[in-house]
Amino acid sequence: SDEESMSEGEMEALKEEVEEKKKLIATLRTKPWRMKRRLVHLKEAQEFVERFEGALGKGKGRKWYAYKVMMTKKLIKFKRDFENFKTACIPWERKIKEVESHFGSSVASYFIFLRWMYGLNLVLFGFMFGLVMLPEILMGLPYGSIARKTVPRAEQDTAMDFSVLFDFNGYCKYSFIFYGYYNNDRMVGVLKFRLPLSYLLVGVGIFGYSLMVVVRTMARNSNEGGEGAEEGEFTFSWKMFTSWDYLIGNPETADNKYASITTSFKESIVDEQENQKDENIHLRRFLRVLANFMILCSLGGSGFLIYYVVKRSQDFAEMDNKELSWLEKNEVEFVMSLLGLVCPPLFETIAELEDYHPRIALKWQLGRIFALFLGNLYTFLFALFDEVNAKLEKEKVIKNETIWALNEYYANYSSFHNTTDIPPPNVHPADVVRGPCWETGVGIEFVKLIVSDMQVTYLTILIGDFARAVIVRFLNYCWCWDLEAGFPSYGEFDISGNVLGLVFNQGMIWMGAFYAPGLVGLNVLRLLTSMYYQCWAVMSCNVPHERVFKASRSNNFYMGLLLLVLFLSLLPVVYTIMTLPPSFDCGPFSGQEKMYDVVMETIENDLPAFIGNIFTYATNPGLIMPAVLLMILALYYLNTTSKGYQQANLDLKRKMQMARDEEKNRRNNKDSTNQVMKDLEALLPDRSLAPPPEEEEEPPPEVVVEKVAKSPKTKKKKGEKGEVDLQKEVSLAAENPKGPVTRAPGSRGAPAGNAKGTQPGKERSRGGASK
Amino acid sequence: MGNKQTTFTDEQLEAFQDCTFFTRKEILRLHGRYRELAPHLVPLDYTNGPDIRVPLALIVTMPELKENPFRDRIVETFSEDGEGNQSFNDFVDMFSVLCEASPRELKTIYAFKIYDYNRDNFICKEDLHQTLVKLTKGELSAEEVSLVCDKVIEEADLDGDAKLSFSDFENMISKAPDFLSNFHIRI
Repeated sequence: SDEESMSEGEMEALKEEVEEKKKLIATLRTKPWRMKRRLVHLKEAQEFVERFEGALGKGKGRKWYAYKVMMTKKLIKFKRDFENFKTACIPWERKIKEVESHFGSSVASYFIFLRWMYGLNLVLFGFMFGLVMLPEILMGLPYGSIARKTVPRAEQDTAMDFSVLFDFNGYCKYSFIFYGYYNNDRMVGVLKFRLPLSYLLVGVGIFGYSLMVVVRTMARNSNEGGEGAEEGEFTFSWKMFTSWDYLIGNPETADNKYASITTSFKESIVDEQENQKDENIHLRRFLRVLANFMILCSLGGSGFLIYYVVKRSQDFAEMDNKELSWLEKNEVEFVMSLLGLVCPPLFETIAELEDYHPRIALKWQLGRIFALFLGNLYTFLFALFDEVNAKLEKEKVIKNETIWALNEYYANYSSFHNTTDIPPPNVHPADVVRGPCWETGVGIEFVKLIVSDMQVTYLTILIGDFARAVIVRFLNYCWCWDLEAGFPSYGEFDISGNVLGLVFNQGMIWMGAFYAPGLVGLNVLRLLTSMYYQCWAVMSCNVPHERVFKASRSNNFYMGLLLLVLFLSLLPVVYTIMTLPPSFDCGPFSGQEKMYDVVMETIENDLPAFIGNIFTYATNPGLIMPAVLLMILALYYLNTTSKGYQQANLDLKRKMQMARDEEKNRRNNKDSTNQVMKDLEALLPDRSLAPPPEEEEEPPPEVVVEKVAKSPKTKKKKGEKGEVDLQKEVSLAAENPKGPVTRAPGSRGAPAGNAKGTQPGKERSRGGASK
Repeated sequence: MGNKQTTFTDEQLEAFQDCTFFTRKEILRLHGRYRELAPHLVPLDYTNGPDIRVPLALIVTMPELKENPFRDRIVETFSEDGEGNQSFNDFVDMFSVLCEASPRELKTIYAFKIYDYNRDNFICKEDLHQTLVKLTKGELSAEEVSLVCDKVIEEADLDGDAKLSFSDFENMISKAPDFLSNFHIRI
């Protein structure tokens, strides 16, 4: 009540208390209290804060304080409403819950990953659509107004055919889906929107945003812990306490789980009791080398096949479109998808030779599928680059031709009409001679790849899962053996295969988005349909796994793969932006030497002069080299510190473990198992080798009294025991005597030869005696 | 925001949001689930905080709990009287602790309580015995059960008292990779 007369110190103390109460409110939900207690504490804390925040507001600066308090409250309320909104927006909660209750958390984790991807692609689509596609559609020139936006005269009569559209030619090719449609005007529309700059920045920004999101998710996942235990340290404990999946809500799945847990326990018990079987190591090694060799061969074969097919497609492109069958036109995509379909089961079959533990076998399988996809993708890219270079050559020729034709026109015109003011040639956009526009070509290839990949995946599910389930179910009535229990039975959901497929699909999107802005939108649709289709398929055609093995301890394994694929997809795009010249007559960068020239242009023309100077200085090699060197040094330093921390961590762990073992052994009265302690004990003098002690002059009485006083304490415990209880002795730095001391400590090092620890006095007397 | 509901006052909803990991909508949905367990017992209007408890036998019929071998222990742990009769507060508390956003430390504490059958703050061999029998539905032989329990104590017991204290349990669970993903109920 006398708040005005509060001293500074009291104010501070009060402020601290208020802060503490606020922190309590924020962490209330993480406290292991009963709800009633939480509610009571909440009310108390809120009342306290209300009352004293008002009090603190008095005195100097109260208006500012009151304002701050109000803003904080509003911010908290806003954050809470936003969280509520975000949670309400999360789609497919019911579906995922159903899958979880039927199949457990591991299968559901694929669908959670799919949902996360969908969110990511939605944001990317938002960027692409809002900043690139929409401005061009709304503020750019309409279809048919300029050459690049019009279907050429030669193709016009087939432009609407379904087969042509399905190949993404015809009207599709000359639409906003692909790179070639975009005009290179520096500014469009009333808002003076800089489209080419926006195109470049969005193209690169897509990678930046994806990187940020992936790293943030990895950081969040890494907090889940689960590290630090050695292999087999807690096998039984973990099986007992963490094997039951609380998400299961379906009786059949529960029965399955009981059975698998029982089997798992039985296996572990057997492993405990049995020694390792004697295996033939040499045969095993030979089989493993053979298996790896065969797999390398198939990887090489698939790479070669793709290269060959792409080369063939280049030849096909020369021929007339109508003479080609559908298979020949789509050969590349078809072959790639087929390889992605056939090779993984092939690898699995070959891997039977290797006879690994299922978890290790899964890791190998994942590694091989990764190598397969990667190899296929990069072979495809290299073949595509060959095509691009060929197109660039052709373009040069056409460009020269066009320039020559234009000059001819001007020459003719001026010679005819004798003026210098020559209007531009009046040619219909459809009749203009076009360059090959390699970017659109690349975009079309990627789109076709994604589409065929989608088709193959859906067909596989339809045939491999659905048809199989139907056959097993209905043919079982009239078949000789039990189809459901034996071959082929119902399929299990292949988690790792599907996740890898998703990761690589995203990689292709990242690569192709720069050349085909519509690709991201296509992917959003694809993920949407995938979600519903695969949910339906898994619920109706699959059975829960018998044994579940995770590929790795942490959830970051697949995120790490995604990160790797992100970097690998970044490389080709950056390479093309930096080195290849853009087409001269299509796309937002036409007319520039290199694509990134738009940035230079913008810096020169739109930004104030000093920023241009800054950039010129920043791109000076004399500045970049030291910067790179500095970064390398920083990396090295961070690496060393991190290693140091790891070492300190290990040391601490070891110390804790040692302390615990000592405790345990002390309790059980066992000898120390610590090797260091054992070594120390072995170093102590062996009393049995020492001659019996002789009577010598007595050392000063105080020492005697002290020693006698000390000894009963230690001696009482040991009684007649002649041995040293090492832990106690060494840790207390006790005296050496090993037997009960009933007389004053005798001579140390009594024999003449044994000169250990003799006192000068004794020496003198002994010297006298021995002489 | 759809403020037409009359089940809770706004302060009550805000208080629940502060004390659990749930949003407003989820709390209302939870109340709906709680009510459908015993519609004649649980009133629609909770504004004056009625003291109603739903018995254990009804709560374990929920589809999320029905197949769980530890359902009885879970409900008992989260009930104030220890018999499994849960008020709405207990009900919400249970699902909040078991939800995805709940931190590892909190889940560890409650997991320890759930597996401690005799409630002596230690997981002794008897507790392990009962857990294992529930988990394998009695399929393991008596000596196998005994062996496994001994192995668990050997692995996890650090202070050598032949039973697991909370710190032993916590040390073992914190390194388990599957704990968080498996000890999770989605409501």
